[in-house]
Amino acid sequence: MNQKLRIDRVHLINQLRQMLRIRRFEEKCTQLYAEEKIRGFLHLYIGEEAIAVGVMSVLKPEDQIVATYREHGHALARGLSMGSILAEMFGRINGCSRGRGGSMHLFDKQMNFYGGNAIVAGGLPLAAGLAMANKKQHRDAVTVCFFGEGAVAEGEFHEAMNLAVLWKLPVLFVCENNGYAMGTALSLSESETNLARKASGYGMASSQVDGMNVVDVESATSSALELIKTTSQPYFLECKTYRFRGHSSFDGQLYREKEEIRQWEEKGPVIRLQNWLKENNHFNEEELDELESEIKAEIEAAIEFAEGGAWEDTRDLCKDVYSPTQEGEPG
Amino acid sequence: MNAQTLTYREALRAGIEQALEDDERVFLMGEDVGRYGGCYAVSKGLFDYYGEQRIIDTPLCESGFVGVGIGTALGGLRPIVEVMTVNFSLLAMDQIVNSAATLRHMSGGQFNIPVVIRMACGAGRQLAAQHSHSWENFYAHIPGLKVLSPGTHTDARHMLGQALKDPDPVIIFEHVMLLNESGEVSEAPEADMESALVRRQGEDVTLITYGGCLHKALAAADELAKINISAEVVDLRCLRPLDTDTFLGSVEKTHRAIIIDEGWKTCGLAGEISAIIMEQGFWMLDAPVKRICTAEVPIPYPSHLEQAALPQVEQIVEMAQAIMDGR
Repeated sequence: MNQKLRIDRVHLINQLRQMLRIRRFEEKCTQLYAEEKIRGFLHLYIGEEAIAVGVMSVLKPEDQIVATYREHGHALARGLSMGSILAEMFGRINGCSRGRGGSMHLFDKQMNFYGGNAIVAGGLPLAAGLAMANKKQHRDAVTVCFFGEGAVAEGEFHEAMNLAVLWKLPVLFVCENNGYAMGTALSLSESETNLARKASGYGMASSQVDGMNVVDVESATSSALELIKTTSQPYFLECKTYRFRGHSSFDGQLYREKEEIRQWEEKGPVIRLQNWLKENNHFNEEELDELESEIKAEIEAAIEFAEGGAWEDTRDLCKDVYSPTQEGEPG
Repeated sequence: MNAQTLTYREALRAGIEQALEDDERVFLMGEDVGRYGGCYAVSKGLFDYYGEQRIIDTPLCESGFVGVGIGTALGGLRPIVEVMTVNFSLLAMDQIVNSAATLRHMSGGQFNIPVVIRMACGAGRQLAAQHSHSWENFYAHIPGLKVLSPGTHTDARHMLGQALKDPDPVIIFEHVMLLNESGEVSEAPEADMESALVRRQGEDVTLITYGGCLHKALAAADELAKINISAEVVDLRCLRPLDTDTFLGSVEKTHRAIIIDEGWKTCGLAGEISAIIMEQGFWMLDAPVKRICTAEVPIPYPSHLEQAALPQVEQIVEMAQAIMDGR
């Protein structure tokens, strides 16, 4: 456990709040999806909230985030407004990507949020490149790249690992290992299922952490960032987690037993922290209710914001394929 | 304007040197661009002068280092990424097509990618199929990319600088058969990078081409002049976006068009240009639009078969004669 962490009651309640925001938001999203307000794919993060919340809570505003298509949690934990995320999922112009990306492609320049990437390992080279730009320009920023364990089978994973170590790039690779690449279990897709060991094969410092424990994730991230800073080397953090829902809205989950899901739910990140806080008298039902109603109000406001968003004029269909001017400022 | 004579390779190198001098955000990265001196010797000497921070040798991982290049552009640098040949760039197509070309649109215009990717293309050196193809057509198909093909020495010298000023991803195709050729290089670019240029004036037929086939079209025009056929030669220079006004303007004058493209005919750029002429200039035509492309075969190794596969001067001459004769 990193000594620098200040894990006090207020902090933990805030971590719980962040995780609950993601959980309740996505529960609402399933409903909005059924109502066909949200279309396309909907990849829920439910069960994995401790990772986004744990990692984001130690990042600075100038650090950059490259995320996956399962990134509502990353975006919320990073500080994108719930309204702009939901409006994006509704395809409205007040969405964080002007409605052009949808659920899988949330972007926010102000937040240094470089988007959800739907190519599973596609974000890794980009993150290494952002880190290289930081290094070359002497910016005191770390690039954090989230990806699932399915990405580990892609060539781009290996290429990015090699380049990041070879060129000493300040990047934190966060592998969210939820055990299933869509419906294929890790043991059916990898010859080496210890992914941290895989990264260490590239000479990269790496560790495994319980991705269901927000404090552990936060602590591991904090240590990783410290190491990146002192060694000028990348770091690989494997977070062991589980998604309680299917891969996407079209997943019948034929590949796993209900009992398995139930067992993981028992050690879920939200219930775990909630119980710990209660058992140690840091938290009571009344406070929990208050938290819940606060989040409920935030979600209602987000829906109102999204519903109120305009549809982009089809005359602007081909806007933003190319930049309007020469010598535009980079992202 | 002062002109100097350089090989195409030297012209490319001069362009890179200028870019490195002009902007400290610029760096060159790619396979063997540094210590080896460039796989086609284009970057020879640059490593010794600029050092490893600006001339970066990469491992053989096209998707990885092209993706890193794109990431550095996203992070505010001006990378020149060299891929050894367009054939190997297919390994990096995910990064080029799914990331570089889409991020601006998917982010609602928040992020742009000012990356320049250079690669060698074309056949003629008996390197067999995996080193000889012309995939410009692929890249020209993708919204979000700009695709350049410098067919002259002046363009080889200046297009890189123009591409680096562009805020969007630009791919530059450099034909391997031009590298050793000498030619005049003017001090300034002849036009903006997206404009097509009429390289030779003519009255009877328009030869529309680019890159490695440009000199073949010009040679054919010389031959045609001897038999009193006046061919106009349009150099597309930029394959995406296409400067349609220039070639339509030429066809309006000559009423006949032949497109010469080293890509394969089926589903290719020549078909696209033909369709544009059909859609926008049908009533100008005195003859059907014709295409001379590479035979529908992976490029073979033996010289005679390789040459038989590629567009040739004689074919262009014959085709022009045929359409003038109404055949």
